[in-house]
Amino acid sequence: MNYTIEILRQRGRDAEPYRQTVRFCTDDTEMSVATLLKTLNSMADLTDANGKTVEKIEWECSCLQKKCGACAMRINGKPRLACDTKLGEFKNGAIVLEPLKKFPVIADLIVDRSVMMENLKSIGLWLEKEARHTKKGEDLAYEASRCLQCGCCLEVCPNFIPGEAFYSAASFVPTARVLSELPKKEKADIIDSYVDKVYKGCGKSLSCRDICPAQIDVEHLLVNNNAVAVWKRFLY
Amino acid sequence: MSINIIGAGLAGLSAALTFAEQGKPCNLISYAPSERAQSVMAEGGINAALDTSGEHDTVEEHYADTLKGGVYLADENAVWGLCKNAPEIVRKLDRLGVPFSHNEKGIVQRYFGGQKKKRTAYVKASTGKMLVTALVDEVRKYEVKGLITRYPRHRFVQLCLDNGVCRGVQIADRFTNETTVLSGTVIIACGGMAGLFDGMTTGSTHNTSDAVATLFAQGVELANLEFVQYHPTTIGISGKRLLISEAARGEGGRLFVRRNGEPWYFMEEKYPELKNLMPRDVVSAEMVAVTARDDCEDQVYLDMTGIDKKVWKARLSDLRDQCVHYIAVDPMKEPIPVSPGIHYFMGGIYVDERHRTNIGNLYAAGECACQYHGANRLGGNSLLGAIYGGSVAAQSAISIPLVKGGAERSEPEGLYQTTDYTEVSPALAQKISAILYCSLPIMRNEADMLEAQRELSALLTPDKNEAEKRRLTLALAMVQSAVNRRESRGAHKRTDYPERDDEHFRKTGVVRYENGKIDLTLRDIPERRSE
Repeated sequence: MNYTIEILRQRGRDAEPYRQTVRFCTDDTEMSVATLLKTLNSMADLTDANGKTVEKIEWECSCLQKKCGACAMRINGKPRLACDTKLGEFKNGAIVLEPLKKFPVIADLIVDRSVMMENLKSIGLWLEKEARHTKKGEDLAYEASRCLQCGCCLEVCPNFIPGEAFYSAASFVPTARVLSELPKKEKADIIDSYVDKVYKGCGKSLSCRDICPAQIDVEHLLVNNNAVAVWKRFLY
Repeated sequence: MSINIIGAGLAGLSAALTFAEQGKPCNLISYAPSERAQSVMAEGGINAALDTSGEHDTVEEHYADTLKGGVYLADENAVWGLCKNAPEIVRKLDRLGVPFSHNEKGIVQRYFGGQKKKRTAYVKASTGKMLVTALVDEVRKYEVKGLITRYPRHRFVQLCLDNGVCRGVQIADRFTNETTVLSGTVIIACGGMAGLFDGMTTGSTHNTSDAVATLFAQGVELANLEFVQYHPTTIGISGKRLLISEAARGEGGRLFVRRNGEPWYFMEEKYPELKNLMPRDVVSAEMVAVTARDDCEDQVYLDMTGIDKKVWKARLSDLRDQCVHYIAVDPMKEPIPVSPGIHYFMGGIYVDERHRTNIGNLYAAGECACQYHGANRLGGNSLLGAIYGGSVAAQSAISIPLVKGGAERSEPEGLYQTTDYTEVSPALAQKISAILYCSLPIMRNEADMLEAQRELSALLTPDKNEAEKRRLTLALAMVQSAVNRRESRGAHKRTDYPERDDEHFRKTGVVRYENGKIDLTLRDIPERRSE
């Protein structure tokens, strides 16, 4: 199978973006986009469709098995993990790789996602008191703790704009752990932050639910968070 | 002066928390945020003799199993500290909100390899990720208080050395390429050397081995490099080996090979006591042996079809999802094909019980350090070793007075050589990996290893860049360590020396790079102190 891979490239933060197309032939339909990128970078004499030498394609990866979120990028317009996307999906062989659009581009497919870490600090995401364990709390904490901080949910969220007041799913998913584990009377601060940074800004489009590469039950966590923080119904 | 921790996986997070909880500031430096660290990939659990299963488990048994599993090559005093502190470590993780399963007696535990009692606390097969999440949240609390300063996109460049004493570290921002020198004590927690076997391990691509290679070139002693753990149950997927957690066998999974067309549960027949849960070195070697037989097929299977549906749902749902997603086999319904794959490095930076290296003011912890696991690590002891080791290294850095450098400079500026950033080319990385993989399989022999030495030496030519020279030197040190250990022990099994030789080789194999040469010595293992 012949694949045509169009990559939106940018050689540095202030450089002009441009598109470059390379061709690659393989019968391995199980090959992931992550392995494809690694393979392209290992081809010393790789040239693009115009015969120009292709410089190393900058991108990030770590686990290669959708456990770390490093390799999030836009693949044919959709935010996905490169390690979780197999070539067999591209029946016509056309692949377009672009960096996530809501974050500053560092180089090629690498973006600066530090806004997510800053938002978690701002929301006050930690336990001030010893965790309280209940059966339902355990299940919620497990689900919430799976968040990869990959940024795919922010990419599709119609309400998330970096630097603005609404923090979106990358914040409210991990918040579910702290909300579920803090003793009732210790939740006040995180509830205030949650209402301010999440509840008030969320338009409930739930686009985050459909895009999460870890398939976290985002809606369930959102419903529980709102029940605790807004409606004061302590469901667990 | 400050404390600088290189690496923000579990060992680095644990070290940072140890400082912060005592009101002491530190810098936490990592190539990427903790969410990307290899620690998140750990699956099966963390060991501690909590005795919540009514089996009368004890710290002494955890200690004895760890030493035996490591075939008596680990430092007994260090292992005693590890096992004695394990219950409190797991209880603390529980207090920090790790969603362990609980019953009326406390945290539920499962069986794991090399241990006769349920000693492994777990969260399904995602224990590493759950531990990292809890510790990242706790570290965040101290980031906001100003006690922990993260450098979350920074490469380790080199140590700043002053007459053999560590005075600080040079790091580089990956996004801007700006370099910074941070003065003070350094704790290395950079992970294992997966990059030496590029694409052939279960580990993270971030663990290139280049930090360890740089430290080696700077005079840091390494130890027991020949002990590379092959995990029995892995599967080749695109670009790597996929781990099938030991939890699969801990919950009842059985290994078999077809012999004359019929399933043969060889581990159960050969090892009636621990069966499929023998230590990993034993299971992997048996898998090699049975698949080499004329009457057996060359594929071993892991049969989990007998595991109860409730167990699947409560404890292994994530493992099942992984199998379905990556190999399109539902392990609830049919056996899955497995084979041994490189998973862990028992060897690494040579440290003492307090995690000191041979360089003053330099400590190491986690998988990059050679500690606790001897010749073969038990499942469930890596998460424990990372958290405990990080904490011991930090505590040592707090309590051990700074070693002063010869020049007594106030700042470490000028204590490093400015060099251009270089990295190992993908082609050379592949060549090194192929050579190491062929010469250091589960069953090794001298002829193959000497050939590997020749091939690696031939690649070490002046035209190679500095990163390439360092990686080649580290690879050579690993092969030379394996050649030098003329016995079979744990993960190092030799067809030409099939017996264990305690008289000559119950010692730590230490390598040092000096004046352009790799120097090997065998050093005595410290004797156990009386309490």
